[in-house]
Amino acid sequence: MSVSPQPAMPKSWRAESKPHKFCPGCGHGLVLKCLGEAIDELGIQDRVVFGCDIGCSLLSWDFFNCDSVQTHHGRTTPVMTGIKRANPDMICVAYMGDGGGYAIGIGGIVNAASRNEKVTVLLANNTVYAMTGGQMSPCTMPGQKVETAPYGRDPEATGMPTQGPEMISAITGDGAYVARGTTSNLKQLKSYIKKALQNQIDGRGFSFVEALAGCPTNWRTNAEKTWAFIEKEMTQYYKVGEKKNPFEAKKEAQQNG
Amino acid sequence: MSEKPITGEKRVFMTGNEVVAWACLAAGADIMYGYPITPQNEIMHYWTRQIPKYGRKFLQTEDELSAGFTTVGGVLAGLKAFTATAGPGNTLMQEPMSMAEMMRLPVVTIVQQRGGPSTATVIYSQQEVTMTTQGGNGEGIRIVYSPSNHQELFDYTLKAFNTAWKYRFPTFVLGDGYQAKLRESVTLYDPEERGYVRVPSEKYVGKPGTPGVDREPGHYRNTYNTEEELFEVLQQHITDYEKMAPEVIEYAQDNVEDADLVIVAHGVVFRGVRDAVKELREEGYKVGFFRPITLRPFPAEQLKVIANKTKKLLIAESAQGQLAKLVKDAIYGATAEIVPLFRPGVGITTEQIVARAKEVL
Repeated sequence: MSVSPQPAMPKSWRAESKPHKFCPGCGHGLVLKCLGEAIDELGIQDRVVFGCDIGCSLLSWDFFNCDSVQTHHGRTTPVMTGIKRANPDMICVAYMGDGGGYAIGIGGIVNAASRNEKVTVLLANNTVYAMTGGQMSPCTMPGQKVETAPYGRDPEATGMPTQGPEMISAITGDGAYVARGTTSNLKQLKSYIKKALQNQIDGRGFSFVEALAGCPTNWRTNAEKTWAFIEKEMTQYYKVGEKKNPFEAKKEAQQNG
Repeated sequence: MSEKPITGEKRVFMTGNEVVAWACLAAGADIMYGYPITPQNEIMHYWTRQIPKYGRKFLQTEDELSAGFTTVGGVLAGLKAFTATAGPGNTLMQEPMSMAEMMRLPVVTIVQQRGGPSTATVIYSQQEVTMTTQGGNGEGIRIVYSPSNHQELFDYTLKAFNTAWKYRFPTFVLGDGYQAKLRESVTLYDPEERGYVRVPSEKYVGKPGTPGVDREPGHYRNTYNTEEELFEVLQQHITDYEKMAPEVIEYAQDNVEDADLVIVAHGVVFRGVRDAVKELREEGYKVGFFRPITLRPFPAEQLKVIANKTKKLLIAESAQGQLAKLVKDAIYGATAEIVPLFRPGVGITTEQIVARAKEVL
């Protein structure tokens, strides 16, 4: 009898902490898989320090065979900045959700971005505060029903969703890498994450990747509707693609020069 | 290798903030993460002026939350990292310091107290005692030194780095606006020439080897899945803390043996108390003093012995009973009556202490 092989785990994943603790269908596992494969391909497992926020992302505190620090809500970027400033040889990855990054942690992100800190920030955008039970986040879509906007988010009352990569690409200096990927296109997402890490390895500037990620638990969606929400609704507002790409700029400069 | 910041001994006349910056240099502090707030700013000013000569680092962050959390990061990376703050900044700093308590990170913080609550004054108070000793959500698993003059500001800032790294608890030097800004004579010295042995720092993250291959990964967290799991971790921290306490506790006392009244004070207020006791003794009053140098852990047993002998404890502080709370907790069950001299947000002179003592004797 033939058994279909399990898809291989990234080498930098920690087998002892698998299966992981995220809900079935959660986007975090996919983002972390892309990160794991990127770490493997770049051969930086011995140099990575992984920092996770509070919220669902904290469940990744022992996810990797990398040193990891689980921080406070919104404070992952400063902790990783502190490590990077103290030991520039380390590859510092700050991992958070849209609440940790765009609400409580926005001061940390904006200022780290403005200073062009040589750290990599990965942000999973699932449009809700998921761990705390589905309240409105800065990324909740207009009309989307959540626990603290039970009749749907009203932009008149609560503003429009935060466009993170667009903002960060506007405030970062030369050398920053900024992109938005999605868990519905893992090949592309991985390539963005890999570039975000390479950018840090090269010591060029701040690197930021937002990943559109599903939360079937709080969205109360089945598999089909989860993917439909990501692909059809989220991508309408959150445009996938590279917003700032020093690799391209470098290529252009080489061609022109 | 960069030259030593201080060689031999130097008698100097400088402000407390300058003294702190020199103490951090002499202690071998590697990096300061800071955010401006009065009255601690000159620590950053002097630090940033000196560090290019000694290969040290500095980062000015966007607020005290980040200053505290980047300091946490610096310690995780294995550097002797420190920060400095005051008042509302100290309020914000309690969040990163609670993480340092949970992860046993030897973060050093200099607090130069100003008036409170809220923004209040930028000058002086002793109103940050409760926050600095207890801070955050939890049990206050930390060490707090309260110096009373510039020499002690130098000595205890030096000591703070060693205490922090030896026992792995966040450690505070609780100065104040007067100490920060006034100039007085102080002897700076090369600590090694006085037998000070630097406790080495150690990396929490980024140790040699590949995690999961040559070594276990360092997985540091402050979220626990079960109550029992947290309880177990805290029991260990508290056991370590209680074991450490007798080695770390410091205090001073004088004229307590036959005293009818013992005056309790800390920090700069102690200066007035010391002089008041001298004056009162010369006039024939049986008065002594007790001064906690570590406010946390508090010299509870030592004070309780006195509180069972003397008639009254006069507690003098530039706050409305923050030191008194520590004292009452420490001497619970003792017989001495507690008499307050509380002046929140303002200084206390020798004359005021003498007058109050005579009133209650």
